[in-house]
Amino acid sequence: MSIKVMLPTAFTRHTDGRKQFDSVAENLPGLLADIDHTFPALSTQIKDEDGKLRRFINIYVNEEDIRFLGGESYSFQDGDEVMLIPSIAGGSL
Amino acid sequence: MDYSCSRYELKCNECGKRFGNQPLSACPDCLAPLEIAYDLEAARGVFTRESVTAGPANIWRYAALLPIPDGFQPDLPVGFTPLVRAKNLGRRIGATNLYIKNDAVCFPTLSFKDRVVSVALANAQKFGFEIVGCSSTGNLANSVAAQCARLGLKSCILVPSDLEPAKILNTLVYGARLVRIEGNYDHVNRLCSQIAEEYNWGFVNVNLRPYYAEGSKTVGYEIAEQLGWRLPDNVVVPMAGGSLIRKIRKAFSELVYLGLVEDKLVRFFGAQATGCSPISVAVKTGADFIEPQRPNTIARSLAIGNPADGPAAAKMVRASGGWAEDVSDVEIVSGIQELAETEGIFTETAGGVTTAVTARLYADGRISPDEITVTCITGNGLKTTDALTGYYQQGRAVRPRLADFDAYLRELDGIAEHELTAAGGN
Repeated sequence: MSIKVMLPTAFTRHTDGRKQFDSVAENLPGLLADIDHTFPALSTQIKDEDGKLRRFINIYVNEEDIRFLGGESYSFQDGDEVMLIPSIAGGSL
Repeated sequence: MDYSCSRYELKCNECGKRFGNQPLSACPDCLAPLEIAYDLEAARGVFTRESVTAGPANIWRYAALLPIPDGFQPDLPVGFTPLVRAKNLGRRIGATNLYIKNDAVCFPTLSFKDRVVSVALANAQKFGFEIVGCSSTGNLANSVAAQCARLGLKSCILVPSDLEPAKILNTLVYGARLVRIEGNYDHVNRLCSQIAEEYNWGFVNVNLRPYYAEGSKTVGYEIAEQLGWRLPDNVVVPMAGGSLIRKIRKAFSELVYLGLVEDKLVRFFGAQATGCSPISVAVKTGADFIEPQRPNTIARSLAIGNPADGPAAAKMVRASGGWAEDVSDVEIVSGIQELAETEGIFTETAGGVTTAVTARLYADGRISPDEITVTCITGNGLKTTDALTGYYQQGRAVRPRLADFDAYLRELDGIAEHELTAAGGN
């Protein structure tokens, strides 16, 4: 089983320019551990001092916010496309 | 693609780093949204009641506190909309000192968005963008399309596919390219952030967002000035992304700092539709995070289920001593009708939300009747007439004879009397 992880340009300075990579992580905690190992500099950028994912990052699985799928408890499916994206303020009201 | 300016620059509110002026919305280090920081000391003595009053009757009278590049020549007379005393609505909902800030008549496209777009486009031109885009729930699309046409910029606008037909027509008419996206606003917004990375386009609410959002401050400046250079006790503001409510507060703080108004505790009240109420829920539960929602409401212009400014907005509302409320779709329609029937102001669904929430805040005793309260109406009802489908009958046509007209009126009144009798009235 493998998932495809996609990163925004803002993160690629920590990944030698790579915008996507494959992972065999089974869930979100597994993916973060994978990033710790493979891209330690990226790990520092996306986590705060307490080791938690920064609140300004959203994670999408195949177009859907992972929080609608169960968050950390969601089990990745083979071929899932997982996207990390900084949350941007929408609208202006 | 950047410029230097001594008056203002981008700053990260989380880590404090500064980034000059460039098309950038998130801090490269901690990913927090960037905001514009001003050299307020430089504005002291320059931005005064006298200087403002001597300016044009539009938002450019406040240019000294907006991120407008030096040399920019304002074109359109945006903003400076009426602040009207709402005595009739007040009588109905138990308020004696209520005002409506009426951006339903904002120039040029009849919504509050004209303010933010004009500031964003001034910067888009300075940065050298030839194509400007936005993700929009409608009003923003209209405003970007119209103002880009005026400035000779190309526009590409992305909207959720279920957007009201009037808002789509009101975008296309300006010659804009409009792309309907299968999904809700949050899907559209996420796609736009990817497009902004791959294409060299200025997105007013993505990479130009810090500049764009500052335009919201003009609502706050105008409220204070139109109240005779004083702050209200309460402000009721619709919340979608959670930006406007904070920018009004920022405007008030700047006016206090520069001595244009006396300092005063102002309470901020946020309004949402129950079908999309992530910020309202956070205020009510005291959460410091936003639980995203899948929007399901007729108030599409407020339907942002995952608002990035939400945590900051919820925190600010609570810190001010204010509150947030949310109302059902039925109440939204009643709100539209009440405002129209009492004050002659036809607002869109978002204004129905704000009006209905205002009524509830008085009913619940969260706002006292005599306090100076301003309710912000941000859009025009002509754009969301489908929300009123089935609520009004146009009646049969009458022959052009006085006797027929007379009979018709008696027929109408007869029906009314009959209904009153049926309802147990007299």
